[in-house]
Amino acid sequence: MSRTFSLGGIHPKDKKISADTPITDFPPVEIAYISMSQHLGAPSEPIVAKGDMVKCGQLIGKSSGFISANIHSPFTGTVLSVEPYPDLSGNMVTHVIIKTQEDEWIEGTDTSPALVKEIKLTKEQILKRIAECGVIGLGGAAFPTHIKLSPPPGKKADILIINGAECEPYLTSDYRLMLERGEEVLTGARIMMKALGVDKAVVGIEENKPLAVERLKSLVDNEYKEIKVVVLKKRYPQGGEKQLIDAITGRRVPSMGLPIDVGVVVQNVGTAYAVYEAVQKNKPLTDGIVTITGDSLSEQKNFRLRAGTPFQQIIDHIGGFPEEAVKIISGGPLMGKAVSKLGAATVKSTSGLLFLTAKETLREEENNCIRCAKCVEACPMGLEPYLLNKLARASRMDDLEENSVQDCIECGCCMYTCPSHIPLLDTIRGAKASVLRIMRSRSKK
Amino acid sequence: MNTVIVTILVLSLLGLILALVLYFVAQKFKVVEDPRIDGVQALLPGANCGGCGDAGCRAFAEDCVKASDLDSLFCPVGGNETMKRVAEYLGRTVEEKAPRVAVVRCNGSCVNRPRTTIYDGYPSCAVVATLYTGESDCRWGCLGMGDCVAVCTFDAISMDPDTGLPVVDQNRCTACGACVKACPKSIIELRNKGPKERRIFVSCVNKDKGAVARKACAVACIGCGKCQKVCPFDAITINNFLAYIDPGKCRLCRKCVNECPTNAIHEVNFPARALKVEEPVKIEQ
Repeated sequence: MSRTFSLGGIHPKDKKISADTPITDFPPVEIAYISMSQHLGAPSEPIVAKGDMVKCGQLIGKSSGFISANIHSPFTGTVLSVEPYPDLSGNMVTHVIIKTQEDEWIEGTDTSPALVKEIKLTKEQILKRIAECGVIGLGGAAFPTHIKLSPPPGKKADILIINGAECEPYLTSDYRLMLERGEEVLTGARIMMKALGVDKAVVGIEENKPLAVERLKSLVDNEYKEIKVVVLKKRYPQGGEKQLIDAITGRRVPSMGLPIDVGVVVQNVGTAYAVYEAVQKNKPLTDGIVTITGDSLSEQKNFRLRAGTPFQQIIDHIGGFPEEAVKIISGGPLMGKAVSKLGAATVKSTSGLLFLTAKETLREEENNCIRCAKCVEACPMGLEPYLLNKLARASRMDDLEENSVQDCIECGCCMYTCPSHIPLLDTIRGAKASVLRIMRSRSKK
Repeated sequence: MNTVIVTILVLSLLGLILALVLYFVAQKFKVVEDPRIDGVQALLPGANCGGCGDAGCRAFAEDCVKASDLDSLFCPVGGNETMKRVAEYLGRTVEEKAPRVAVVRCNGSCVNRPRTTIYDGYPSCAVVATLYTGESDCRWGCLGMGDCVAVCTFDAISMDPDTGLPVVDQNRCTACGACVKACPKSIIELRNKGPKERRIFVSCVNKDKGAVARKACAVACIGCGKCQKVCPFDAITINNFLAYIDPGKCRLCRKCVNECPTNAIHEVNFPARALKVEEPVKIEQ
């Protein structure tokens, strides 16, 4: 019997219409905009200047703090300038702008597709290599991987979970990766097991991806015997870290806690692949698999897309902005972010580009709460969204904190399920930001 | 009959004993409060708006009684008149402060600042600010969701449906500062009302380079420095491509208003300038 998490959740329509499209390389663009803030934490410090010549894989942004990551050039070319440039929500972030030419990788990088199974590096060397290659979590939060793989003193992981749930509708990038690069993903998992010093690893995949399950199971049965493949029921937000841990191990991460508190480290399949490339091939993370999808598109795509590609270029490449589409989402439909600047560029952790039609984005008029408690039932964190919404509108910050608004994972289940179309997530997210700010300023004192 | 008398006696006795207990408890735990606090509170407007920085009028009254110097305290709602009466009541003096008013420093109406995206989520500036930089290309300007209107207890701000910007009613505004705190973009500023309620201010907060600012909004301050050069009183400073007029130095000569190439500097309550009107030629019959 397939497993799932215990609290809440919803069942949105699957819509994996791009599932059968193999991964293809997106052609390089002429001018690339490489953001210096592609990860969670402090922005990287640019170490190149105008006029410099850079090669593919060359370090251009240096990690600038404990929680930060290196950034490498995905292109070969000349640096046009280093200046603030808007990201997808319009905030100005330092970008390295590169005029590209023909690809040429830096020395020491293995760009051949050959599979390297044998892990030669030691634990310390692996962690160092991952940090050097700027690997970040590709599941959405973009947290630097080397920090996640080095638990703080006193805490120890006993199990590694590889997240292949991909519970968001439309997205198929992780699915294609598991199908086409299954062995690399499992080798990546092995590398991370060595780095963590654990002997157990589990790959969690939702049941709506039978081919990926079959592929990985056959690999696991033959060779990767220490890794287990677990089939999960289809349910959103199964790909959330805390939900996945609950579904697979039955452990519950405490409020404001981290997975390491219950002895678990969760990494996305995309991250596992990036770790494989970094450690076995010495190839820095500069690209990712991106699903280009939407009902209004004539062709669905799964691209291997380099960071720094402007959204406008992607639209031009797929034949212009589809007529029926009104909104572009970077990421999945439930947790993704609307793209408000088409000139902005993709980052390493971009997982999808979703074109939504007017019908799909329609927000119905808000009605009164009918106290049906559907939102309470749907909340995977066990919160009471209707109450948080009311408190948020009244700006009652201490009551919000008491009711654990800071535990909200912003999955949007409450808003999806509300029959009165109340913008629950909007108000709660705003309040959560304020409460977290208050909590941070308090802990500083 | 007997029962009735006994009942009355017992209850009276009980009442007497409890009254004595209450009396001694009240004596023992008596809170000595300065009677002047009540007196000061009676003079205050009682709006409990928090504009003074205290939790409410009672807390402000306590502060007034305790403080050695009244000059650092000010009730923006009651203004100088109230503060004078409070000072009189307490037998002290207080210096007069210039009355202030909330000023909206953004003129990015739909005409001046074209919308490039549509926001259809929960209408709150605080929520929009957590999501992105707003509907137009200007990432500094008014988000237009009216958090300042919702927070005003004096009904002094309203949204102009034509421009989509908040408008302050200067007669109702008490300069309590609630809107200043509510605005996530820090557009609203408390400025001196000025002599004859006349004032001049830069109606823009865009700190981008001139070309970027101008592209996003037709009436943005581009930081060209023309106003700074023309100002005879050194009242204008330019930081991060944005001019700021110091209300303490400004003598309301209006030279900068004419000089500004993007009309970002606004004058309020001045008489209309004498325009050269060409009189129609009278044709004699």
